[in-house]
Amino acid sequence: MEEKDIQAKQKLMNVPESGNGLTKSQLESQQQVGVSYWSLVKHQFKKNKLAVISLYIVITLVFLAVVADFLASSKPLYAVYNGTTYFPVVKDYLNDFGISKWEPDMINANWKQLDNENKLESVIWTPVPYGPREIDLSNSLNPPGGDHYLGTDPIGRDLLAGLIHGSRVSLAVGFVAAGIALLIGIVLGSIAGFYGGTVDIIIMRFVEIMMTLPTFFLIITIVAIYGSSIWYIMMAIGLTSWTGDAKLIRGEVLKVRNMEYITAANSIGLPNSQIIFRHVIPNAIAPVLVSGAFAIAGAILTEAALSFLGFGVAATTVTWGSLLNEARSASNAWWLAIFPGMMIFIAVVTYNLIGEGLRDALDPRLRD
Amino acid sequence: MSDILLEVNGLKKYFPIKTGIFSKTIGHVKAVDDVSFKIKKGETLGLVGESGCGKTTVGRSILRLIEPTGGEVIFDGKNITNMPQKELKEYRKQMQIIFQDPYSSLNPRITVGGMLTEILKFHEIAEGEAAEKRVEDLLEKVGLRKIHARRYPHEFSGGQRQRIGVARALSVEPKFIVCDEPVSALDVSIQSQIINLLQDLQKEFGITYLFISHDLSVVEHISNRVCVMYLGQLVEIADRDELYADSRHPYTQALLSAVPVPDPNKKSKRIILTGDVPSPAKVPSGCYFHPRCPKVFADCSTIRPELAGKGDHVQRCLLYPESYPKKSAAA
Repeated sequence: MEEKDIQAKQKLMNVPESGNGLTKSQLESQQQVGVSYWSLVKHQFKKNKLAVISLYIVITLVFLAVVADFLASSKPLYAVYNGTTYFPVVKDYLNDFGISKWEPDMINANWKQLDNENKLESVIWTPVPYGPREIDLSNSLNPPGGDHYLGTDPIGRDLLAGLIHGSRVSLAVGFVAAGIALLIGIVLGSIAGFYGGTVDIIIMRFVEIMMTLPTFFLIITIVAIYGSSIWYIMMAIGLTSWTGDAKLIRGEVLKVRNMEYITAANSIGLPNSQIIFRHVIPNAIAPVLVSGAFAIAGAILTEAALSFLGFGVAATTVTWGSLLNEARSASNAWWLAIFPGMMIFIAVVTYNLIGEGLRDALDPRLRD
Repeated sequence: MSDILLEVNGLKKYFPIKTGIFSKTIGHVKAVDDVSFKIKKGETLGLVGESGCGKTTVGRSILRLIEPTGGEVIFDGKNITNMPQKELKEYRKQMQIIFQDPYSSLNPRITVGGMLTEILKFHEIAEGEAAEKRVEDLLEKVGLRKIHARRYPHEFSGGQRQRIGVARALSVEPKFIVCDEPVSALDVSIQSQIINLLQDLQKEFGITYLFISHDLSVVEHISNRVCVMYLGQLVEIADRDELYADSRHPYTQALLSAVPVPDPNKKSKRIILTGDVPSPAKVPSGCYFHPRCPKVFADCSTIRPELAGKGDHVQRCLLYPESYPKKSAAA
């Protein structure tokens, strides 16, 4: 182990270096707070450079998704028109939340036309001055460069604006679907593992039945019957992909249940609910979080595949998969295939790398 | 009844052996088979025996951590064997357990203080600042420092963890503690610290112990009376001094001969037992110990001895006429 490593570890474990001249009271104040399991995991995770970089990329993607409207919009951030100052992007939000209302004559104003006709006294556009659904048939299939940084699709929509707004759908699908799957998996898996016996048999047979359902075709069926909506897709992915989590957490709970601290909790007389939530699940959850990270990647991929096939979200919603779909009809427009494909690739790879980093950080055998 | 704190009558725990896809029961492992004893207030009863003889099962059945198959446990004059869990809560406060393995007996995700305050709150002993104060008191009682309350179990050594285990048992101010091999996982110097701690606490709070161990010298040190267990049954009960001076059952004699004597000049006669412990699923006929007994004779394989003897010293061995069963003696 390198010297630096040792020092870092000593600092973490609050082990004072020998002969560093600290008085006893100083040592005691250093040792005030204990090192929790999760802070050890965090320390271990940070050693994996690839996983840390992936985490930053994911944080960036989340940031992009949150501020998408401020990065790419068909309305300006700031404009002065007829002596009145407007913040159209902010105003849209306020309007949606019902805090303030657009003036009736301005709600459908075409800001671009006003700008072109030089009617705006002052204007600041978003970095990408196009909305994801802004159709401009005169600019169809523009190659990257020029006004459209990454080019346009067959109906003249800006690709970069589409990618930025598409990250919202992809991330939302990933998090919500994986969240639903984790929630169902943890609840059913820990009940099965903790109570065992008949309860276990019933739940695990149900899991096996669920596992035989082909997720993809189930989603296509749901979309065919109820129409395409991002919510149906999230629900469908979440409701079909929890089986692995349930099996995983059941196995962990079986292991934890036989630990003596659970017997100790029983000897205190704590109710089962308190034992499960405070003592069993926190000790059984770590491997499931790893599978959660992989599940997010899987859900993003499933959504992209559905949108690519045209079964995904409604036609008006732009997603990475639906942009990729455009590339099928325009085989010369390489940018329509490369950029959305790259976004899907980056998202899936980073979630997988985070999952792997988490798995390594949680594995006590890999700790030195 | 007044000086008896705990009475165990005919305690049985059978684990079914299941096989096949329909889990048909084909037999039972008799982990504990008809165990009876009494513990007086304030005394320490030692329970010794080999690994797998059912010592731990006895301890946990008393606390209803394992539901016994038969028999009854009477605590402080009240039968708790069939008591519903709700009523049992009050008795959970009075009976506690200290575990063998200090590593698996503490939840690694909760600080020591968090664990103790959870118990104090649940049993409505103290809350908030009062609970914090009590946690500090408890830690100091068991020889730890206040600041240890904020630490996690993995930051402690084995001996310190066992002290935390003792603090947990003490937190509810119990009258009775089952010590389930509390020092077996510790090294010798730490063992004596924990033993002394347990004895100090007994003096201070008048706690009664059931001290389970396979280490006869530890049991000799801490116990007032000793029970010897073999294959799910008690084979001998006697006062500590009498058992160590004048053991009657051949099994007890063999166990005692295995205790190392720290005197290089003294040659002790070591009784070496042959054969393995029989499976508790298929116990021998007659006396359970007869296939390994150095003093075996004809009756041993056919007649099942009873636990009987003179006064407080009882044994289950046909070498002593009082152990012959009453019914078959008439036949």
